[in-house]
Amino acid sequence: MTKKDYEDIPGTFVFDADRARIGYHLNQFCISLGKAAGREAFAVDPDGYLDRFPMSAEQRQAVIDRDWNRMLELGGNIYYTAKLAANDGINFQGLAGIMTGMGRDAYRRMMLKGGRSIEGNRYLTDWDEK
Amino acid sequence: MARITAGLGCSHVPAIGVAIDQGKTEEEYWQPVFAGFEKSRQWMRQANPDVIFLVYNDHCTAFDSSVIPTFALGAAAEFEPADEGWGPRPVPVVRNHQIMASHIAQSLILDEFDITVMHEMQVDHGLTVPLSVVYGQPEEWPALVIPMAVNVVMYPPPTGNRCYNLGKAIRRAVESFDEDLNVVIFGTGGMSHQLQYKRAGLINREWDQRFLDHLTTDPDGLAQMPHIEYLREAGSEGVEMVMWLVMRGALDDEVVEVHRHYHVPASNTAVGHIILENKG
Repeated sequence: MTKKDYEDIPGTFVFDADRARIGYHLNQFCISLGKAAGREAFAVDPDGYLDRFPMSAEQRQAVIDRDWNRMLELGGNIYYTAKLAANDGINFQGLAGIMTGMGRDAYRRMMLKGGRSIEGNRYLTDWDEK
Repeated sequence: MARITAGLGCSHVPAIGVAIDQGKTEEEYWQPVFAGFEKSRQWMRQANPDVIFLVYNDHCTAFDSSVIPTFALGAAAEFEPADEGWGPRPVPVVRNHQIMASHIAQSLILDEFDITVMHEMQVDHGLTVPLSVVYGQPEEWPALVIPMAVNVVMYPPPTGNRCYNLGKAIRRAVESFDEDLNVVIFGTGGMSHQLQYKRAGLINREWDQRFLDHLTTDPDGLAQMPHIEYLREAGSEGVEMVMWLVMRGALDDEVVEVHRHYHVPASNTAVGHIILENKG
């Protein structure tokens, strides 16, 4: 396996072709909720609707648990998982509040103050997550 | 012949579209974002392009994970705004200059850019938000629009250099089209932002300003920037700024920067905007 130069960025998944392969059915489930027909079918019968997408047991559990970070770990991509979040009434900023563990209000305040600084957030070693 | 007279770079944050659609542009949160676009609206009225060549990325709307073209050119007669999970945006249908789009498709492929040609395609906020930013809420969009969707969702997107050279090929294609048309090219997306996981909320103001500086004065150098620098310094979603290099490649080597606007935040994102005119 080729070493990937972007794997030492902290707190970040780069959605590359490997992740796109692993997360395919999870992402296709999520994106199906971008359309009214998908949203309605999922609302009527969540389990039956999930059965249409042959994702892994871990991916399915992450969806049921609405474990947003776990979905990303398992190959999900934010533009896809955001459709599931939207279906739950959570927007991008609310979702970021959850994924960062900060909560919506603290996250929003951080953004109003200019966002998360690049200083101390470039390398895994900055985060002691070697 | 058709000519590209100017280029415009603009963020396409979905929340900007929502603010326009819901009449929130005067609210305290949004006022500084839209104040910086007032000059752009005046400029657009004066520039009055016949055609906008609009480089954007689709957010898994026309292209979900099943098909991921790196460059896709819209050749349909028109493009409906898509339902992205909240219902379609209340904006006009986007109309194409279909004959010119076909010409550009043919020219690009023979120029060794192996693009995908779309005869049916819905368009999402990536395309419609920049139009709303410069035109407000008209009944019909004042210009025809040729969309070019670039994959920046699945890594790797095309390199900055590839995008820059594509811009040059687009210019050759436009200038070999017989009709006398004024064309403005848009590069959209950015600026620094990360939407996902524990580093979400990243903003790098200094990096963004340097990007804008180099876009104007040193595009050859900027085109050599590797993806890892975008990802690390501007966030995992900031890499979409390679699309601004398509716009820059289609302009003269030397341009006049007539407007720049930068503001943090709009939702999760640094808003960036620039207008560059050819001197000729």
